[in-house]
Amino acid sequence: MSLPGMSGRMSAASFSFLYRLPRILVTLFGLLTLTFLIGRVLPVDPVLSIVGPDADHETYMQVFHQLGLDKPIWEQFVLYLGALAHGDLGNALLTGRPVIEEIGRVLPATVELGTLAILIGTGFGVPLGVFAAWNRGRIGDHVVRVISLFGYSVPIFWFGMMGLLIFYAWLGVVGGAGRIDLFYDGLVEDHTGLLLIDSLVDGNWEVFRSAFGHIVLPGLILGLHSMAYISRMTRSFMLAQLSQEYIITARVKGLSGREILWRHAFRNILVQLLTIVALAYGTLLEGAVLIETVFAWPGFGQFMTHSLLRGDMNAVMGCVLVVGLVFITLNLIADTLYHVFDPRIR
Amino acid sequence: MTATSSSLAHGGDAPRSHWAALLDNSKRTLRRILRNPLTTGGLIVIALLVTIALFAPLLATHDPLIQDLNNALKGPSAEHWFGTDAFGRDIYSRIVYGSRITLYIISLVTVIVGPVGLTVGTVAGYFGGAIDTVFMRITDIFISFPSLILALAFVAALGPGLDHAIIAIALTAWPPIARLARAETMTLRDSDFISAIKLAGASPLRVLVRHVWPLCLSSVIIRLTFNMAGVILTAAGLGFLGLGAQPPLPEWGSMISAGRSYMVACWWMVAFPGLAIMMVSLAFNLLGDGLRDALDPRGE
Repeated sequence: MSLPGMSGRMSAASFSFLYRLPRILVTLFGLLTLTFLIGRVLPVDPVLSIVGPDADHETYMQVFHQLGLDKPIWEQFVLYLGALAHGDLGNALLTGRPVIEEIGRVLPATVELGTLAILIGTGFGVPLGVFAAWNRGRIGDHVVRVISLFGYSVPIFWFGMMGLLIFYAWLGVVGGAGRIDLFYDGLVEDHTGLLLIDSLVDGNWEVFRSAFGHIVLPGLILGLHSMAYISRMTRSFMLAQLSQEYIITARVKGLSGREILWRHAFRNILVQLLTIVALAYGTLLEGAVLIETVFAWPGFGQFMTHSLLRGDMNAVMGCVLVVGLVFITLNLIADTLYHVFDPRIR
Repeated sequence: MTATSSSLAHGGDAPRSHWAALLDNSKRTLRRILRNPLTTGGLIVIALLVTIALFAPLLATHDPLIQDLNNALKGPSAEHWFGTDAFGRDIYSRIVYGSRITLYIISLVTVIVGPVGLTVGTVAGYFGGAIDTVFMRITDIFISFPSLILALAFVAALGPGLDHAIIAIALTAWPPIARLARAETMTLRDSDFISAIKLAGASPLRVLVRHVWPLCLSSVIIRLTFNMAGVILTAAGLGFLGLGAQPPLPEWGSMISAGRSYMVACWWMVAFPGLAIMMVSLAFNLLGDGLRDALDPRGE
């Protein structure tokens, strides 16, 4: 890769970023407004949840005042934004610790699960999609279609439970709920928060095996949904390429099917695939909420649902905000990748 | 009238109005859809769902709500085809009645989301400018969330319950429809026939309702069909988390949730409601997929 080309790519990236920035800021502002408004229309009285039902009127009013609930709504909104700017999402009800710390604590477990899932989803989804496109209209195409539509249609929490039932309760080939067998809990030092990597770094194979046994089933099930999406998208990207004239030229030149497929067509959809994978990673958070509940996986999703059922709105809105931020960031990354690597958009 | 119709009727069967054209098109589409066995399968399952919901009292073998603690947690048998739950209620009958809840959810969501999405999208696309910018930024905000997370946030605000879950799902489901309707409208906006109608003195409202909406309708309907699978899964997910339909309603997601603690000993409590959800959602996905293939001219 020559230097001038590289600088062209970088400027394309910064250009696309600057072009996108106002729009991103507006979306971000809307996101904050939305979480603020949802927080205001709650049936839960935030004062009552702090002082408890037995507090006298004076204490109640004092906290009411402290929370700024007597101020006009726009002033409350400004205060809310100001607090957010300092990374203050309020305190979680149960532990009394800042929500932002709590989320930081649970996030690595979800990142570990989500990363494994996206690796599985991409690893199976891309070849399946290429295969389907190559066999378009034939039996192979239909089989892949049914597999991916199945991946779209199966309720992920139900699939998780059936998986636990069959592979854990009946066959006993995988670990059960949680990230690791209780026996091994806390045995490895916390380097990254990702148990698989931490245990590898420490060279602790037993912990690694236990952690792997626990993550493999939820990872596979979560990955199935991404696989469905990625294979469908790969198929349609490939079909668009295979109908182009340069493919016919390549055929006329006498190239083998494999060369046409992988060296010509596939290379041209790589950029599109990257953006799709980035977006699929964001969508995993949704599946994570359900699958973590099923597998008692101590991650983001479980934290969010527990907070929800407890009526802990600070935590819930913090989670919503984090998901929104992750989504916006992934969109931005996907978009930037597209601009950096696709020469046609330069 | 006779002169124009004879000059138009060169093929012998030119449609007389756009409604007739729409009907004609739908017939042709339907024929093309039915050529694909997978899509036909989806259609059959959906027809089955509607039939089961309509005739639930006839098809159910037991009352879905009456408890019979002497028969609790029994496996599948001749008396209870899919077994019984922790309260001795017949799971087969509960699934049969649950189809009504599923239909209730998807029809209500569709009735809310379709018109809202169509209106927002066509207005934004037709008028353009500031209206367009504002509307599209709002949809951007909604699209920047996975739908389940946003629905969770709304349910948290509204409180758990079936109707609240429906409102929450509807709130998250309209933006894709609006975007689609907007894109369709923008391709129509500057076409000659719209200009002609405008010159004839039609108000913007008339142009939108009489001329733009009918043309956007088919793609909106396809998109809605596609969305229904997602709606069913989100509703089931909310039910599973205990935020959707509340006991004793036989909603499939909450039935799975109720079976969770008995799962290892009583697999039937979890397996059958989940199969029901999967079949219905797969049917809608197959239908949506087939519709898209049949109507996408690039697929020819």
